Amino acid sequence: MTVLCVSADEAVSGIADGSTVLVGGFGTAGMPFELIDALIRQGARDLTVVSNNAGNADTGLAALLAAGQVRKVVCSFPRQKDSWVFDELYRSGKIELEVAPQGNLAERMRAAGAGIGGFYTRTGVGTLLAEGKETREFDGRTYVLELPIAGDVALISAHTADTLGNLVYRKTARNFAPVMATAATTTVVQVRHVVEPGALDPEAVVTPGIYVDRMVRVPS
Amino acid sequence: MIVEHTDRGPLGRDEMARVVAADIPRGAYVNLGIGQPTTVGDHLPPYAGITLHTENGMLGMGPAATGDAIDPDLINAGKFPVTELPGASYFHHADSFAMMRGGHIDLCVLGAYQVSASGDLANWHTGEPDAIPAVGGAMDLAVGAKQVFVLMSLFTRTGEPKLVRECTYPLTALRCVDRIYTDVATFEITGDQVLVRETWGISFDELRSRVDVPLTVARQEVAERHVH
Repeated sequence: MTVLCVSADEAVSGIADGSTVLVGGFGTAGMPFELIDALIRQGARDLTVVSNNAGNADTGLAALLAAGQVRKVVCSFPRQKDSWVFDELYRSGKIELEVAPQGNLAERMRAAGAGIGGFYTRTGVGTLLAEGKETREFDGRTYVLELPIAGDVALISAHTADTLGNLVYRKTARNFAPVMATAATTTVVQVRHVVEPGALDPEAVVTPGIYVDRMVRVPS
Repeated sequence: MIVEHTDRGPLGRDEMARVVAADIPRGAYVNLGIGQPTTVGDHLPPYAGITLHTENGMLGMGPAATGDAIDPDLINAGKFPVTELPGASYFHHADSFAMMRGGHIDLCVLGAYQVSASGDLANWHTGEPDAIPAVGGAMDLAVGAKQVFVLMSLFTRTGEPKLVRECTYPLTALRCVDRIYTDVATFEITGDQVLVRETWGISFDELRSRVDVPLTVARQEVAERHVH
């Protein structure tokens, strides 16, 4: 059942300290800025954040890091031209980092959402990122075991939703959102437009409402 | 047959991109890595049916967007605004990387810190104590794309060759590189040999003396070309 909330603050209410939070977006495309701002106001601490990057400039995920609410970041590409908030926290030992190859990051969340206990992949074989992980040969090739990443909460953005929580995205702002929506206990979506059931073409729905718990409309 | 262009200097960055672009097969699905490899897209022959994949969920990526065409929802892997071509499609990240790992991407072009004689690639981490490692999609692409081209300068600023017997930087993937395009030479890596196809501003013999890897002249014909 999808609940349409009246505010971003209501949408993120109840997020507990120590939660694992999946945060959509690739750079700033698809970043759920208003939900993150609400999470800063809500104040949950000691969070593990799973996202492709570790924040850009001083807004969105970077602002959450700057607020001191994040203990650990799991991401594929923390270092960017404008990742100064993360860089400073990391270099001063105030934040943990787990780097995961981008495809493994996506697939590990997909596995969590699909009830898959782990998967073998060739990505990372023979590298630092596979150290200590189980490997296995299939057809003469080495694969490494990767385990699922599940979230307590996913914060994502979408373009249009119907009131049942069916989601449609826009261009490359889609990125991790459909996978994260499946992988969290509570999926929270900020959406630009909300329409009545029947207004979305069922063939065009990307994330079915079964994956969506809370929504808030954030026109922009 | 090696082609030695000794009547000129090394290739400039734009010329390097042009040489790579000319070797991309018609009809290929191609991923261009961030940084210098992205510039290859500016030189792809029109009407060659080449489709660009961007790891953040798109096939049919068009040129960089400018002015009113800039759309914050439409960016490439380097997070720069781009455009969409007719016939483009969008998909989520797990699908995007399944395209790589599942062997559906024909070719990728990546940058590198080092490539070994057997095709090991190091391009994500300098291993320095204060470095912040960032791998992005490089490991997935390197093992998944059917062919891996590397585009890099052959020497570091201090003159060390980046084509080496064994990589000293942390690896991205083992035995994955098929070709290396540099400012002074183009190499083909077969697994047990490093073949030189073409040189720029340097003779084969001089190249041999400056790289600590056994080099062999490529047997197949490389067409003369003009990159100006």
